[in-house]
Amino acid sequence: MTDIIKVKNLSVSYEGKKVIENISFNVEENDFLVIFGENGSGKSSLIKAMLSLKEPSGGEIEFSGGLSPHEIGYLPQTSLAQRGFPASVREVVISGCLNKMGKRAFYGKKEKALAEEKMELLDIQNLKNESFQNLSGGQMQRVLLARALCSAGRVLLLDEPTSGLDPSKTADFYELICRINAQGTAVIMVSHDVHSSLSVAKHVLHIGNHSALFYGTAHDYELSSLIED
Amino acid sequence: MDTIISLFSYGFILRAIIVGIMVSLCASVLGVNLVLKRYSMIGDGLSHVSFGALALAAALNAAPLAVSVPIVVIAAFFLLRITENSKLSGDAMIAVFASSSLAFGIIITSLTTGINADICNYMFGSILAMSTTDVFISIILSLIVLIMYLIFYNRIFAITFDENFSRATGVKVDIYNMLIAVLTALTIVLGMRIMGSLLISSLIIFPALSAMRVCKLFKSVIITSAIISIVCFFFGIIFSYTLEIPVGASVVCVNLCTFIIFFIVGKIKEKN
Repeated sequence: MTDIIKVKNLSVSYEGKKVIENISFNVEENDFLVIFGENGSGKSSLIKAMLSLKEPSGGEIEFSGGLSPHEIGYLPQTSLAQRGFPASVREVVISGCLNKMGKRAFYGKKEKALAEEKMELLDIQNLKNESFQNLSGGQMQRVLLARALCSAGRVLLLDEPTSGLDPSKTADFYELICRINAQGTAVIMVSHDVHSSLSVAKHVLHIGNHSALFYGTAHDYELSSLIED
Repeated sequence: MDTIISLFSYGFILRAIIVGIMVSLCASVLGVNLVLKRYSMIGDGLSHVSFGALALAAALNAAPLAVSVPIVVIAAFFLLRITENSKLSGDAMIAVFASSSLAFGIIITSLTTGINADICNYMFGSILAMSTTDVFISIILSLIVLIMYLIFYNRIFAITFDENFSRATGVKVDIYNMLIAVLTALTIVLGMRIMGSLLISSLIIFPALSAMRVCKLFKSVIITSAIISIVCFFFGIIFSYTLEIPVGASVVCVNLCTFIIFFIVGKIKEKN
């Protein structure tokens, strides 16, 4: 397996205070990496660094295999501000294509077709002219996932995707992500929900106290002592 | 009908209508983004700064637009920085900025020309304010604002909806935020002499809020907001002329009534 993202000795600090220290891991092609960690362990800082939202204070993140730093399909946690936003599902999904536009101002046939394709994949075609603010939590998530897929070049980064979903929706969501993963997209998922995400993970990174407590295969993680937490 | 015909027969009213409609259009589309990004206070802050700038222009005997455009654009940079810097508690700092500019403007005028009808016009607007050159400049600048908005429409939508996602996909968020602030600054400077510096921010906020009561898609909100804004301005001018009240106040009242109507319609729509 070739690596498409290599994180080497990454450190991130806020005003001189280190929130992540010396974390290293790789994301392989078609990988499924799950990142665990308590609140305040530095998970969100790690995400910000990977998305180039925050400049690392040490180490580096290397993208290879034709992947550019702006091609990580990011699925953020839905914020309250967005819940009241007047926008159609189609408007939100197609905004994920902006990184393929170069200097062009308007979406062309290619972007429109890509947005249609992703909406079909996630089964939200029938919602395309609905308003984002009238959707249920699960539907909103699918819309934002479709947007992430539009922007993605073979990697998705999911930030606690199941935190607002009930158990049956969570199971549906994992099934969907596995299907996308099986079709050749690597997945990085930050999660609280250790047991159900271990069933889908290939690799695990466990962060605690601002550094990596474990990095290895999901199988080894299950045998480790960290699983008790 | 006769009123409308007689309205158009006056050159100064015609000029005010032309500039007003252009400015209403700019303000209403930008307003949607400012309201959704919770930047409404920037509009309000800038309008006070533009009062100070106009007072300065009057004291220097300089062309009002030539002095106020650069000053307000620079202020827009600062206000955006203040808003983004959470440590300074942005809204309070904007209030400080706004009242200081107002105070500065009043001091300049009382030391030079004295508090007179001009100052009153800057504060509450005047239908007589526009010369032919002003109309010309206003049309050009409004067109620039609208064209820029159109060209960057998709990116402006993306950063308004989700700044972090846009940044992660490589959109230059800071530049577009600055663009929105600069376009807003231009719109305010152009509109404030008709509407008055104390009332111009309503032109930005009201149509967007009214449109959002009823429309739930971004494009339809923008279009509805633009239509509301132009219609309200037009009726505002008619009432101003027939009832002999200041234009700014008249336009704001029409906007308020429209907002109340749209609010009720929105509530009824939700129930069904």
